[in-house]
Amino acid sequence: MRWNLLGLTAVCLLPLSVAAQKSTAEGIAEYRAMLADGNPAELYEARGEALWKQARGPKNAPLTQCDLGKGPGVVKGAFVELPRYFSDTGRVQDLESRLLTCMETLQGFSAEAIAKTPFGRDEQKNIESLVAYISGESRGMKFNLPQAHAQEKLMYAVGKQVFYQRGGPYDFSCASCHGEDNKRVRLQDLPNLTKNPGAGDGFGAWPAYRVSSGDLWGMQRRLNDCYRQQRFPFPGYASDATIALGVFMGVNGKGGVSTAPALKR
Amino acid sequence: MKKTYKQAGMLALSVLLAGCATGPSPQQVAEATQKVFKSSFRDQGIAKTSWLDQDASNKACSEAQGAALEPQLAKSIEEANLKTIKMPSDGKFLGDWKEGEKIAQNGRGMTWTDKPGSANGGSCYNCHQISKEELSFGSIGPSLYNYGKLRGVADPAAAASKPIVDYTWGKLWNSKGYNACSGMPRFGHAGILDETQLRHVMALLLDPASPVNK
Repeated sequence: MRWNLLGLTAVCLLPLSVAAQKSTAEGIAEYRAMLADGNPAELYEARGEALWKQARGPKNAPLTQCDLGKGPGVVKGAFVELPRYFSDTGRVQDLESRLLTCMETLQGFSAEAIAKTPFGRDEQKNIESLVAYISGESRGMKFNLPQAHAQEKLMYAVGKQVFYQRGGPYDFSCASCHGEDNKRVRLQDLPNLTKNPGAGDGFGAWPAYRVSSGDLWGMQRRLNDCYRQQRFPFPGYASDATIALGVFMGVNGKGGVSTAPALKR
Repeated sequence: MKKTYKQAGMLALSVLLAGCATGPSPQQVAEATQKVFKSSFRDQGIAKTSWLDQDASNKACSEAQGAALEPQLAKSIEEANLKTIKMPSDGKFLGDWKEGEKIAQNGRGMTWTDKPGSANGGSCYNCHQISKEELSFGSIGPSLYNYGKLRGVADPAAAASKPIVDYTWGKLWNSKGYNACSGMPRFGHAGILDETQLRHVMALLLDPASPVNK
């Protein structure tokens, strides 16, 4: 495994420097194609499926009765309809906040303690695998977030405000990088998340295996790193601002095809 | 009896549908957004929740959601920002373009993983093409290649160059003085770069010896 990752890093450096001479998108697409048959996210998917079925936590129970929005235990197709409103919690929840609910109610873990755990450690590590498995079960399906409930509509509207909210010492908002077509930071293409195809492509690629960090990142971790680079204060794990952004991006990406868990630089 | 139920049902349904069609009111959205911001963010390292507080520019430009501001509002924001610009204390505008290139390359600084007191980069290449040699540049801002040359700056110290030199310093110090909703950080005003660093970036853009003007 370790050697595999080292090899991957070496392979990834070469096409990226070549990419400077070609178009960036071409280079990166080529590099992704090279690795398409060996996306390390598959290892996380397999581990996630095992974790889903394994009796764990203080209550020694599996997650197989977890309701991700399509009824207890239904995993297929759940990811492309999240975030959505859940009547048992009275909240709009994304995949990760919903997993916290299930891990607390079914398995007896403390959702608060997991939310405070740094990314990549302990139960956060397990969540990486769980989101890889759950998103993978909807691979190739189209995003179709429900917008019928008043709370879902409200969270979309809030997400739009959050997206355009400028602040911090650099005056940045999400829209600074993701509000227009055909923009790049350095060589990195930036999806326009306000409409398709950018919203579907961008939102629909996470969770993803991130080669530069050698970890599988869920959407929560992706948004957290966006906010770090946006020079904002720290968004809480599964906080409403991050969920509202998920609703905004996911609804904008309606009809886009989910490629998660994808492979990212 | 049955008919009445049916009518009542239809009425309830149409009220529900009307509710669906209209969605939340602007006031509901504003209140919910405020609550969401308050509950979602916390201090981490140098990054503080006070960073969410907005001045007139950030408030107006957030609300506009990418659309143009009313000309009157834009003008008042630009005037207020122009007033914040501090010209160099010793009257010296240009430093060393080689140092400027390093600052332009450096995208670090002011995140919650950065240490307090460490020098920030200018992140210039993140958004702009600058020298021809650096191929890894962003496209959020306009190309700055040949910045001085295109503006006829043969001698930055000459009187004829003064308007461009002043403008460039001002734009780096506080971009919102010239464009209320500019996407560029206010490097001087926000304390991202100090006077010495700004002089180096100025040289990168305006010094005829800089690769930018080759």
